[in-house]
Amino acid sequence: MKTLVWVEHDNKDMKDATLATVTAASKLGEVHLLVAGENCGGVAEAAAKIAGVGKVHVADDAAYAHALAENVAPLIVDLMGHHDAFLVPATTTGKNIAPRVAALLDVMQISDILSVEGEDTFTRPIYAGNAIATVKTSDKKLVITVRGTAFEKAAAEGGSAEIENVAAAGDKGLSSFVGQEIAESERPELTSAKIVVSGGRALQNSENFHTIIEPLADKLGAAVGASRAAVDAGYVPNDYQVGQTGKIVAPEVYIAIGISGAIQHLAGMKDSKTIVAINKDEDAPIFQVADLGLVADLYKAVPELTEKL
Amino acid sequence: MKVLVPVKRVLDYNVKPRVKADGSGVDLANVKMSMNPFDEIAVEEAIRLKEKGVASEIIAVSIGEHKCQETLRTALAMGADRAILIQTDDKVEPLGVAKLLAKVVEEESPELVILGKQAIDDDNNQTGQMLAALLGWGQGTFASKVEIADGTASVTREVDGGLETDALKLPAIVTTDLRLNEPRYASLPNIMKAKSKPLAQKTVADYGVDVAPRLTVTNVSEPPKRTAGVKVADVDELVAKLKAMGVAA
Ligand SMILES: Cc1cc2nc3c(=O)[nH]c(=O)nc-3n(C[C@H](O)[C@H](O)[C@H](O)COP(=O)(O)OP(=O)(O)OC[C@H]3O[C@@H](n4cnc5c(N)ncnc54)[C@H](O)[C@@H]3O)c2cc1C
Ligand SMILES: Nc1ncnc2c1ncn2[C@@H]1O[C@H](COP(=O)(O)O)[C@@H](O)[C@H]1O
Repeated sequence: MKTLVWVEHDNKDMKDATLATVTAASKLGEVHLLVAGENCGGVAEAAAKIAGVGKVHVADDAAYAHALAENVAPLIVDLMGHHDAFLVPATTTGKNIAPRVAALLDVMQISDILSVEGEDTFTRPIYAGNAIATVKTSDKKLVITVRGTAFEKAAAEGGSAEIENVAAAGDKGLSSFVGQEIAESERPELTSAKIVVSGGRALQNSENFHTIIEPLADKLGAAVGASRAAVDAGYVPNDYQVGQTGKIVAPEVYIAIGISGAIQHLAGMKDSKTIVAINKDEDAPIFQVADLGLVADLYKAVPELTEKL
Repeated sequence: MKVLVPVKRVLDYNVKPRVKADGSGVDLANVKMSMNPFDEIAVEEAIRLKEKGVASEIIAVSIGEHKCQETLRTALAMGADRAILIQTDDKVEPLGVAKLLAKVVEEESPELVILGKQAIDDDNNQTGQMLAALLGWGQGTFASKVEIADGTASVTREVDGGLETDALKLPAIVTTDLRLNEPRYASLPNIMKAKSKPLAQKTVADYGVDVAPRLTVTNVSEPPKRTAGVKVADVDELVAKLKAMGVAA
């Protein structure tokens, strides 16, 4: 089988999510990559070094600068003329593009796979990860989104794939990019951090997030996450949300502070290696999954913890 | 302009899903079912557009068993004008749902379709994007803000890095994220009124599209269970344990 993997990038750097997707694709067959962007030659060169990659297709055009699904989907559909499977990381970019490709190819997408069981069989989480479904497809071509935390990262170095330019399919004129607010942070990226410190509704305001959660995260070199309640209330931006409908993380250590442990939150972090919970309610559901639990008032315990670490 | 809002009936988000012992799926017998939360947000957004004078009529549509009527009545009670039930007892996958919705769009000619970003049962996150592809329309997924003016939908989207705003030529597809709005509760008088709003009953055969599933679920199992660990007595013990794990020097 010949697979085509979407390279996630911002025209400058390739994103780590790509590497796990390459691993998933390599279980199906030969791996080709697609770098679609504008002035993305550097990304293509980085992608060509990924171990085990056969070829890198590059589509460099202004129409692809922001990975608008309306523009990139037709390009991918063209390339799928000579590939059997299209795999993307289950990021917001991937989730936006892949179903559009699947519908144009008239195939049913398989979302958020956890494992490759065979050429046509995969496992995936349903019901916020409270059940794992094994699904078998009868479609001739595959369109798959890949959960990054479920696959090892392919080695970023060691390969020397051939780079081939592909003709752009043009701007479809359906949509245009207006602007973005992308947070710049010195901290590690949430989905690839080794340690994540998350805060919930109990933090009460963004000020407390800054003065209580962030110093602990900085001490540990950790990324900062949050529950939906904390995001909805405006303590932190939307990109901090961990959960069923936010980001999926699986760090070495996840520290949940003032988070009750609703199933929608657990869905995003319960594959973390070690879970630490600090909550003043000893019956909070988070303690049912926590390896280390501390029943305490966070306003006292967290500054003390930061101090003593 | 007309707005179409597809709503799905799903296991209520407060209910803990239970996997059936024979591996055939999740037990939906005698459990509370509700409108998918993202679809409530979609209905709310449509109502707000109508209140602003942007939308003229809101049509809710659901595909599924007879009981989806209840879900549609909820949408009507919130403020949708009429509803369409495409009844089937068979499981219809997102691709099939999108094909049926494309037919409804052909009949009704809405300028905007607002869907949820994801149904919280199968967690697919596909239908809106597929419908956009089938119609050849633009798509504003994971929306936290929607503004309609001069034949354009300006959609602010929740993306992994933060927020992104795209402009879409109408007609277009929008899928909702959590921060788009806070859905209203239907008031008792409105629940009563909803009972007399029109609800058309259709079947899949009426639309002449093939919605045979492409995927077979061969097994549904419980994920590996995490067990509770230990409770530490105080911060000092937590520090000692974390240090022993190598988390801090
Ligand atoms: C469609 C849908 C999607 C959702 N998606 C997500 C998602 O992706 N991610 C997500 O997180 N949620 C999600 N949710 C929301 C989820 O159901 C919960 O509402 C949310 O996770 C609760 O957040 P919380 O734990 O911060 O708040 P709460 O449940 O209010 O918990 C606050 C906790 O803080 C503790 N506390 C209070 N004061 C202190 C103190 N001084 N010291 C220590 N502890 C204290 C309390 O004991 C309590 O346990 C979703 C819900 C829906 C309906
Ligand atoms: N059976 C259905 N009936 C009506 N709308 C649906 C149905 N299935 C999915 N949808 C819509 O598509 C959205 C995304 O669902 P999904 O792609 O299944 O995650 C939902 O939030 C609904 O708006």
